[in-house]
This record gives sequence, structure tokens and C-alpha cells, in this order.
Amino acid sequence: MPSAKAQPAASPVARLLAGYRPLPGVADELVDAAGQVRPVWRGFVDYLAKMPAVEVKRRLEQGDQYLRDAGVFFRQYGEDETERAWPLSHIPVLIHETEWKTIADGLIQRAELMELITSDLYGEQRLVREGHLPASLVAMSPEWLRPMVGVRPRSGQYLNFIAFEIGRGPDGQWWVLGDRVQAPSGAGFALENRVATARVFADHYAAANVHRLAGFFRAFRDTMNDLRGDGESRVGILTPGRLNDTYFEHAYIARYLGFMLLEGEDLTVEDGQLMVRTIAGLAPVSVLWRRIDASYSDPLELNEHSKLGVPGLVDSIRRGKLAMVNALGSGVLEMRALLAFMPRLAQALLGEPLKMPNIATWWCGQEGEREHVRANADRMMIGEALSTRMLFDSEDSTLLGSTLEEQDVGVAGLLEERGAMLVGQEAVTLSTAPVMSDGLLAPRPMSLRVFLARTSRGWRVMPGGYARVGRTQDATAIAMQRGGSVADVWVVSDKPVRSETLLPSPSTPYRRTRQSELPSRAADNLYWMGRYVERAEGLIRLLRAWHVRLGESGRADSPLLEYAGKYPGFFGANPARGVPKDLYTTIAAATASASQVRDRFSVDGWTALNELAESARLELSNIAPGCTSVRALGLLLRQITGFSGLVHENMYRFAGWRFLSVGRSLERAAAMASVLAWFADDAAPEGALDMVVEIGDSVLTHRRLFAVATSRSTVVDLLGCDADNPRAIQYQLAELQEHIAVLPGAREQGQMSEVSRAIMKLHADVLVATPESLNAKALLDLRTELTRVSDLLTTAYLR
Amino acid sequence: MLYDIGLRISYAYQTPAAGGRHVLCMTPADMEGQRAITSLLDVTPEPDERIARTDFFGNTVVEVAFRAPHEKIEFRLRARVDRQAPEAPSKDLSTPLESLAEAIAQIRSLGPDSPHHFLADSARVRATPDFEAFALEHINAKRMTTREAAESVGLAINRAMMFEPGSTQVNTPPEEAFARRRGVCQDFTHIMIGCLRAIGIPAAYVSGFLRTNPPEGQARLEGADAMHAWVRAWCGPRVGWVEYDPTNGVRIGDTHIVVAYGRDYGDVAPVRGVVRTSGSQKSGQAVDVVPLPTA
Repeated sequence: MPSAKAQPAASPVARLLAGYRPLPGVADELVDAAGQVRPVWRGFVDYLAKMPAVEVKRRLEQGDQYLRDAGVFFRQYGEDETERAWPLSHIPVLIHETEWKTIADGLIQRAELMELITSDLYGEQRLVREGHLPASLVAMSPEWLRPMVGVRPRSGQYLNFIAFEIGRGPDGQWWVLGDRVQAPSGAGFALENRVATARVFADHYAAANVHRLAGFFRAFRDTMNDLRGDGESRVGILTPGRLNDTYFEHAYIARYLGFMLLEGEDLTVEDGQLMVRTIAGLAPVSVLWRRIDASYSDPLELNEHSKLGVPGLVDSIRRGKLAMVNALGSGVLEMRALLAFMPRLAQALLGEPLKMPNIATWWCGQEGEREHVRANADRMMIGEALSTRMLFDSEDSTLLGSTLEEQDVGVAGLLEERGAMLVGQEAVTLSTAPVMSDGLLAPRPMSLRVFLARTSRGWRVMPGGYARVGRTQDATAIAMQRGGSVADVWVVSDKPVRSETLLPSPSTPYRRTRQSELPSRAADNLYWMGRYVERAEGLIRLLRAWHVRLGESGRADSPLLEYAGKYPGFFGANPARGVPKDLYTTIAAATASASQVRDRFSVDGWTALNELAESARLELSNIAPGCTSVRALGLLLRQITGFSGLVHENMYRFAGWRFLSVGRSLERAAAMASVLAWFADDAAPEGALDMVVEIGDSVLTHRRLFAVATSRSTVVDLLGCDADNPRAIQYQLAELQEHIAVLPGAREQGQMSEVSRAIMKLHADVLVATPESLNAKALLDLRTELTRVSDLLTTAYLR
Repeated sequence: MLYDIGLRISYAYQTPAAGGRHVLCMTPADMEGQRAITSLLDVTPEPDERIARTDFFGNTVVEVAFRAPHEKIEFRLRARVDRQAPEAPSKDLSTPLESLAEAIAQIRSLGPDSPHHFLADSARVRATPDFEAFALEHINAKRMTTREAAESVGLAINRAMMFEPGSTQVNTPPEEAFARRRGVCQDFTHIMIGCLRAIGIPAAYVSGFLRTNPPEGQARLEGADAMHAWVRAWCGPRVGWVEYDPTNGVRIGDTHIVVAYGRDYGDVAPVRGVVRTSGSQKSGQAVDVVPLPTA
């Protein structure tokens, strides 16, 4: 490049770092005090510096595209409950494995300490009796769950999967900022960050000696499976459902680890045994990795208002039939005031000091501590003592002492009024790490979330995790409340690392895992998704046929269009006055059903369905009746058949696919019965028969088969009685019969199930019917019968 | 005093419940001063599961589960109880209110009777500024013992509030009942608990039965009574827990039969249940407390 020769001055690295100025008094991950790039970063920085700016840009976009395609999102709570793109900061945070070893040692010690404290608070309560912890503090915490006192976990262990938020202080030392020991989220996001970042820098990553994450997850998965204590029962992930901010992650990790994704509604307890309702009946679950707060997990013994839990769950644990990860009640360890006691508890329980200190904390329920916080308020953050929120949580109400001092009541007044409910914490600053900003690197404050899992050989630390990167240059920890982005964490070795995957190596014996059992709720959602998508398609076809005719004649008051406009399938909406609302609600219902079964549904399918909903919204509102409508509806129709194609071509023939297909066939048969009853009626005006043939997508077929103009007989023959036309009622009934015949319990000891019998009879009725006998009344009766089949299916499998 | 106690609680569902699980807390406690001679709890229909256990606070609870669809449930308790009146203290040995906080801080225990459980807000009772103001109006914080203070507050509530069946629902917040100055025993009890906690006195909810006397000249109506509730306050290490009935403005005598102790109604509700049903439900409760002639 000639221009490079023209400016020989700066090396590529110097150019990349031209604007990189660490903040005074703050440690920086990338450069040392002298401004030199730290050794662990050199390889990566050299690599990045050599990459042309356009290439960097292209790659970062590629990373974002990957995340969008993978469907990674998180849900924003509050006013605007929308799905947001995952805010990946593409530059990873690099940490050398030697330093990581120190971090890991400190956190493993802390994990062991956490286990001992939990065990004590729910067991012998020596810490309170001996005065290491104030009884009042424990008793006040809403997370100390009295029903769990005296209940030993069946594995003997309270904690199995936890996380710590850590940050680096100005002196280079790491500090624990908060403990996540109840139901930490983020492990799945850490995985996705890794996949995305490794793609962006694929050529470098392969040889950069970055420790892989899969080994950690494998060890955890094996431990979870071992916790079952048998080879038969199931491991589930208990999620609050699709409205939760991290539902995507729950679905992702369930798929990744091969655990069932369950909601409270899927579960019931019988004689102390937790059971999942599946289409084949109840099946035992003996290990639950919960992603819901403990108090919501059992409305009978914990929060009575919870709609997310399972009545009897606590009793199941009490009777030793269920291993809960982590134990209900472990949330008390997240109480912020507890940080004040950790140094002392480490001495009391381990007989040694904390290897990694936590952020200095004073509980203002004690006289001396209250005084200290008052005297040093200008260097303090003051927040809720019982809070289990993290400092960076935007809903956390922690404020700097200096900010509080400006308010009416002031620090002293506040401490006087409700000291026992408050803690003071040293206002720490975090280290900075590079982000890419306008093609150059810039420093931003960051904290790390590190995950630990208990394995058969003790606690194991995920070599990585994710970094939370601040939005602004303000490096005070409290500034993280303003949000920001996340980055992958690379633990770098000097030597090549073992590359691992979650898949067993080819040398191990090959074994198929159990055909994933289908919870009834998932089956129900798939069934209705099948129905709604098909219903939407039917409506679009009807509307298009209507608008085609309007376009041709130019008038909506022709006898045919008036008659067609009254078709009951429009539910009273006149197509002349715009697209019936029913179409939107049907598509929305399909999306809602799909969103509840994302773990069983391909990402492509999900994306296609969302695009469909989006174009329906964009294309159909405010368009003129007639030709433009025809075009828009045609586009939508191609999208919807594209979606159906994706599903039916690519979806593995698990039971889930059957329910989706049953929904589709049943809806199609029922809709065709209605259409024929209305449009092939003797009272229908001229042109109605041609319209049905068009709605039934069978214009060409009709021409080839009959070579005459449409008559009621030819039309009912082709769309009612034909066994080879996928639009015909008989074809769909045959499909239904076939699917239903292979559902669990369809035939037991030679006996047909009620639903099998119903569909077989219906199919037989249509088989022997003639176009003449299939009159409007017969068609409407058929439709009623299909509703009964749907009810029978629901009773047998879907609840 | 010997009593025969009968309690019947029933639920009827508009559309049959597909299944249900309930925790029952209604059998009289067996403890110092009160002996449960017999205690039978019948459940119809016959539940598929039934298990008895002791909860955190030491109360006996029974958990039942139904798997088959059912339209109604009935819980029926029959018990014979011997209740002795707690001895009236000759001298008030309770801790001066001023030094109660110190005394509480000395208690290093999280056992079921530890005062620490009963000082913070609980699910149904918050120590609101209104409660605090009312309590402070009726005590002398510098001069009273804890017991004096607790009983003064209880009596003040008894005088300020109107007992009016039907004026509140089971889920009416106590501050709302207090603002309207009317309610039933559950409200009186919650209000007193809120007031006591607001001035630093640990206070608990007691559920139980009360012997009532029919109006003069009339026969006792069967099933006319309801379950009762009152307050237990921690008055320092020397006297421990002391009970008071704010609804009637009296100390506890041999007419009060204890079922359970908890932080508020939520801990000791006679029936806590979760049913799978889509329709509404109707419930009924009838109580008989019949004193037996002493031989």
C-alpha cells in the first residue's frame, strides 16, 4: 500500500493504541503503568493492529450477525418489555493463566466457605450461637427460608453452581464485588460470547492458546446426571418462562447440556416425587437446576402468590427425593450485609483469612460500624443491607455517601432512622479494559463474572466467563448501574491448550440418548402453533382470492364478493374494510406458542416466524384493497409456506413434530370443510366454485383432472374426497390418523384409544362419502367432529 | 377446663378441581398448660396422600393431596382439650421497654421461640408509621415495662376498633382495617402485631379457638363460632412470651385454646392450598367450642 510508505512514523500497534489513555489512579488490563502493552495481550494486539480497518469493521458486523442468527437476545424488564440484541463488546478481556490460577484459588476458597455458611444457617447454627453472625440479621432476611431449616440436601451439598462478580482495584488486586449463590444466570451467555468472539477473530483464536469452556460444562453435566442417583429419572432446568429476562439463556443451556426445560406448570408432585407431565404420562424428575428465586418455587410453603412454582416441591426436597441446584434458601448468602462478616466467618469456619477479599462493607445495625460509616460517608456507597441485587443492577438503590449528604435527611439522619437496614461499602474503582470505538481501542471499566461448578473432584472454575464493560469512562463500581456491554474472557496459556467439545469422542461407545420426552405443555404449544400457522395461511389465501376478484371487477358489491365477505371464517370482518384483525391475532398467537418452545424449535424456524409477523405488521396495515393487497398477501403467503417448508423439511420426527403436524392437518381439514360448506353451497353465487378451487391451490389440478368447468361435484371431489390432494379433507384425515396412531397409548393391549377411534371413524366416513353425500350439513358435522377430536387429544396428551 | 371442639371447613368448586394440595394447620397444640386428649382430622373425599409433620415454629400441620377431580372438599376436626389458665403473674418481671432492644440483641438463637423472628416486617404485617404513632400515643416509652406497654397498646386497639364481622376479607391489609377502625379478630391481631413491632416489641400471631357464651337466656347455636386469633409478645428474658387478646381486650385465660404460632396469619392459616381449577370457589367455616361439665 503506497500510503503506508508515505507515513512511516507509527507502527500499526501504536496507531491502534493512539487514543488509549488509562485513567489516573485506575489499573488497566491492556497496558502497564509505563504504557507498555502487557505480555498476555501482545499477540492479540499485534494481530488486531495488522488487520485493515474495513476488515475489522466487517468482522465485528459478522459477530453481531451471528448473534442475531443464533437468536441471542435478552428481555428488558420495565416499561418496554422488548427483546434486545445482546450487547457484545467484541474485544475479549485477556488474562494469563497464572493470574487466573490465583483468582480460581481465591474463589474456590470462597465457594467452600459459602457451602459451610449455608450448611450452618440451615443446620446447627453455630455461627449465630457463638456470636459470629447477628441472629437478627439472619432472621430479617427474606431469603432465609424457615421451611428449609433442618432439611439436609440429599446430595449432602447445598451449592453446586455459583458465580462471583469480581473486579480489580487500583493496586492490581482482585476483589469480590458480589456473590451469586442462588440461581446465577449468564453461563449460557458466556458460551455464546465465546462462540461469537471466536468467530470474529477465528484465525487468531485457533492458535492463541485460549482455554476452552466445554470441559467445564461437561464436568458439570456429568455431576448433574450423577446427582440423580439412578440412570432413569430426569434432570430439568426450572425456568420462570418466556417472559423472564434471561429465558433465552435457559433454553440455550438446556439444549446445550441435554436437560429438560421445565416450567412450574409442567410439574407435579406425587408422594414426594417430582414428576413431569409428558404426553406419555408422568415421568420422574430427580434433579432440578432452578433459574427461579427460591420463594417462587413452591406456592404452598413459600410465596403463596407464586404462579411459577410447584406445590409440594419443598416437601419433595424434605423427603430426599429431589436434588435442587442450588438449595432453596441459599439466597441468604447473597444478602449484601453478609459481606461485612465474611472475613470473620472465614476465620471461624476455615481457620484462615480470605484469599481474595470482598469489597469492604459495614453493616449499620451495629453501633461501632454505624459510626464508622457516618464518619467516612464521603468514601462510601450506602445501600440496602438485605438487598441481594448486584451493585451494577440498574434497579439497585445504592447511592454514594456524598450524593446522600445532599438530600434532606442526610447520611446521619438516615443511619439513625434505619441503620439496621443499611450497609456502607467502600466506593471502589474498577480496572479498565479495551473496547473498540471508531476503529480504535479505548479503555472502559469492567468487572468479571466467574462461574464455579461442583464436580466429582471438587469445585471447578470455568476458565473464562464474561466481562461486564461500562458504558462511560467513569471507573467507579457504582457507575456500572448505567449499563454497558459484555465481553468474552480469554484465559491465555503459554502453551497450546487441549481443544475440547461437549461431544463424546468417537472412541467411546456410541449410545443414543433417550428420545427427548415431550412435556404436555410443550406439545400443547406445538399443536397450537401448527394450528395457528395453518389458520393464518388459510386466511391469507381467502383474502387474496377476494382481492384478486376485487382487482378484476373493481367493485366490492358484486354478488360474489358480498357473499364471500360474509364467509363465517372472517368472523364478521368485512375484507373491503381492510385486513381482518383476526389475521394479526392469529399470527401473534402462533409466535406466542412458538416462543414457549424455543428449546425444541430451530433458530431458523423461529427467525422465519418472527419475520412473518413483522411483515404482516408492516405490509398489511393501510394498504389499498385490490391489486396492492394481492401483492402484499402473495408475499406473505410465500413467507408462510417458506416457514412451513423449513419446519416440515428439517424438523426431526420427534413427538413434537407430530403434534405440530396434527395441529396443521386438523386445522386444514376443518377449514376446508367450512370453505366447502360455504362456497360450494347451492345458494352460492356464480364464481364461488372457482374461488374455492383457488383457495384450495388446485386450479391446475382441477383443469388436468376434469377438463371441464367447475361443478359442485368436481370441486367437492377434488377438495373433499381426494386422497392424493394435500389440500383435500380426506388427505388430511389420513395424515391425522397416521400421526395419532403412533402417539403414546394409541393402542394398548389391542385396545384403541378414544382419540384413535374417533379419527379412524371420521376418516372412514369420508372415505366412503361421495361428492353428493358430502353436502353442507355433512361438512359442518365433520367440522364439529374435528373439534371433538381436538378435545380428546387435549385431554389425553396436552394437560 | 375440658372442651370438645368441632371445626368444619369446606370448599366447593364451580368447575371440578383437577387436583389439589393443601397444608392444614387446625389441630389444637399439645403443650404446657394445654393437653390435647384426642384430636381427629377427617378429610372428605379421602385424599390420595396424607402426611403429618411439625413446621418451623413447632406447629403440627397435615399435608393432603388429591389427584382425582373433585367438586368439594371438607375438613372436619374433632378434638378434646384440657386447658389450664396461665398463672397470673404476681409481679411484672418483664424487661423495661427502654432496654428491650439490648435484651433482644443478647439472644443468640434462631430457634422457633427466638424473638428475632417476630420483630421484622412479615408478609402480611408491616410496622407502618401509623401503627408506630398510635402505639407511642398509648405508652410511656421511658417508664413502662414491656408487658405494660404491650397490654396498653392491646387495650387501646380494643377501644379504638369496632368488631364487625364481614367488614374485612381474609386478605384485607391490616393498615386498611386500621384506617377504617373496624375488622375481625385477624385484623385486631395484625394491627396489634404491627404496633408492637413498630416500638421494638417482638410480636407473634396465635391462632386458636375461643369459648364464647351465648346471649343470656338463649341456647348455644351449633357451629356459630369461628376460629379466633390473638397476640403473643416477647417481654424480655425473664418472662418470655406473654399472650393478649386485643379483640376482647383481655389477657389469655382458660377460654383460649391454642392451635398455632406464627409471624402472621399466613404462617398459621387453617388451610393453605393450591388447586387446579378454572372456576371460582365457595368456602364455609363452622366452629363449636363446648365446655364439658367438670366431674
